[in-house]
Amino acid sequence: MHVLSLPPLFAVTSTVLLELAPVDYLILATYFVFVIGIGWTIRRYMKTSSDFFESGRSLPAWICALGFIGANLGAQEVMGMAASGAKYGIATSHFYWIGAIPAMVFVGIFMMPFYYGSKARSVPEYLKLRFDEKTRTFNALSFAVMTVFSSGISMFALAKLLNAILGWNFDGCILVSSLIVLVYIYTGGLTSAIYNEVLQFFLIVLGFLPLVILGLQDIGGWHGLMTNLDAYSVTKGMPGAWSSSWAHMGSPVANPIGIEWFGLVAGLGFVLSFGYWCTDFLVIQRAMAAKDMNSARRTPLIAAIPKMLFPALVILPGMLAIALYHKGGTAGLALPIGADGNPDYNMVVPAMLAKYFPHGLLGIGLTALMASFMSGMAGNVTAFNTVWTYDLYQRWFNPDASDAHLIKVGRVTTVVGLLISAVCAYAAAKFNNIMDMLQLVFGFVNAPLFAIFLLGMFWRRATGHGAFFGLLIGTVTAAIFQGNTLPVGETASLLKGGWMGVHQLFASSMAQSFWMAIFAFSGCFLGTLFISLATKPNRTDDELRGLVYSLTEKAKDDAGTPWYARPAVLGVLVLSATLVLNIIFR
Amino acid sequence: MQLDIRLPMGLLFLILGIILVAYGFVSDPAIYTAHSLGQNVNLLWGAIFALFGGVMLYLSRKKSA
Repeated sequence: MHVLSLPPLFAVTSTVLLELAPVDYLILATYFVFVIGIGWTIRRYMKTSSDFFESGRSLPAWICALGFIGANLGAQEVMGMAASGAKYGIATSHFYWIGAIPAMVFVGIFMMPFYYGSKARSVPEYLKLRFDEKTRTFNALSFAVMTVFSSGISMFALAKLLNAILGWNFDGCILVSSLIVLVYIYTGGLTSAIYNEVLQFFLIVLGFLPLVILGLQDIGGWHGLMTNLDAYSVTKGMPGAWSSSWAHMGSPVANPIGIEWFGLVAGLGFVLSFGYWCTDFLVIQRAMAAKDMNSARRTPLIAAIPKMLFPALVILPGMLAIALYHKGGTAGLALPIGADGNPDYNMVVPAMLAKYFPHGLLGIGLTALMASFMSGMAGNVTAFNTVWTYDLYQRWFNPDASDAHLIKVGRVTTVVGLLISAVCAYAAAKFNNIMDMLQLVFGFVNAPLFAIFLLGMFWRRATGHGAFFGLLIGTVTAAIFQGNTLPVGETASLLKGGWMGVHQLFASSMAQSFWMAIFAFSGCFLGTLFISLATKPNRTDDELRGLVYSLTEKAKDDAGTPWYARPAVLGVLVLSATLVLNIIFR
Repeated sequence: MQLDIRLPMGLLFLILGIILVAYGFVSDPAIYTAHSLGQNVNLLWGAIFALFGGVMLYLSRKKSA
């Protein structure tokens, strides 16, 4: 290799897991030419701020649906779910079947009519229409900070991964990935981001399918996988726990996740899942870009169909990896060993790529991975620039801004957002604890959020003061809960919990966070309820029309709508199919 | 009228498919023994990529026609 002749940005720095051939670079380059080309081509359609921030509300349902799912299918999800598949087995699919599908159906059928129908341009703006300015600003601020922070984390993870497996320079990766994202958002706004999410969706699906097929062939099919996983689970002292999703959920010590069915269903399946899928503007923004009400409602429902099948694509590689690792020998898979003596689960995907993908296909796998990191960044940046421009800048700094001025602000915000993301990426590299701390605080703010949307949309009596102070009560409840509980085997600290005294131990930190969510939600729900009853309604029935269930005309399907395009029918189909999957893999 | 995403998507997957198939023809068979259980996955999966790209292109043309 002519290492010295390479530009310093890409100088090889450490021992590497993967070596790329020219054909792999050709594939990567082809993809990036298309990504930038799409932004460049659609830049001339960006005439109004609505075009830039909302895709002019013009996209068909299937594109919004793939954007909806693609924005969520970041590389952290792909790598993280494979890692969990190795750590927990089939039960990881709860994050999809319990932790996503029901909430996606709910938002499509019951909540989208208010988001889309209210003509709000963002989720915080809905809160302003429904409650008041302070609730909106609180939500907009925490959301804006969270999105640039998440985009920085994606950037950091991408650079760290490429540095670890390819030996590429960390700074170079940060610079190049932010430049590419910058170019395509700057030129094409939300449409560009959504189009790239669609590309990335198909790249991930078509790029990872051969990994699963080859892994299955190697281990002797589904039967071989189950046999090896069962043998592995015996060595872990939980026989059969890797090959069932429900059978071991009776008690938190019977399964590797360390949670029991109630905490799982109520904490993950209800509070956290509904809190994310039904209120997070990052995903809702994709549905709000749809061309009409029916398309907006169908967006999460269509997205739920691939979502329920994704475990086969993202969890199965992890299960295969741990089974192959257990099998050992020349036929097995060597996983890097982490500091604690266990396999480094985060390296499951790179290790599988290195084993099964020859040059050519390797380029595809890597392109898919990089594409999903970047669309993760882009998704956050587009949500950030919309919330900043509409909910913070236009409201507090320049209410009379012209439309052309708002596009300009959106573009400048894209640059600033990426700069802050880069700062976050470096902060994450230097001070690991600060990032964990921030994530914890976001957890406190987010856990109760769904309660005010639920009360806001389905109870006309909920008031602005109720929502705002309910949210604060929920956030404080979360912090107090965390301060009084601790996962087994941890010492009390600000980060892990128990800093106010340890009054309850949990089998895992995941169980602690699920239960924290349950408490935070309940605190916010009750707080909003009582404060609303104690305060005067601040919106008249007329103002609440289109924002609250009982005052809004039910969304009706047009007479000519075929059965498969009716949201209610789709919703029932999606839920039934998910139930069947749960029964098959119980 | 916005850009139909199926046009660039079809082109991208078609080109990637062609690159994979071409590489499948010229590459050393030893890499398939070493990685993909002896199967020339570039040839096979490249064809699938190209086919997917072709279908997307066809759909985008059909709509605009």
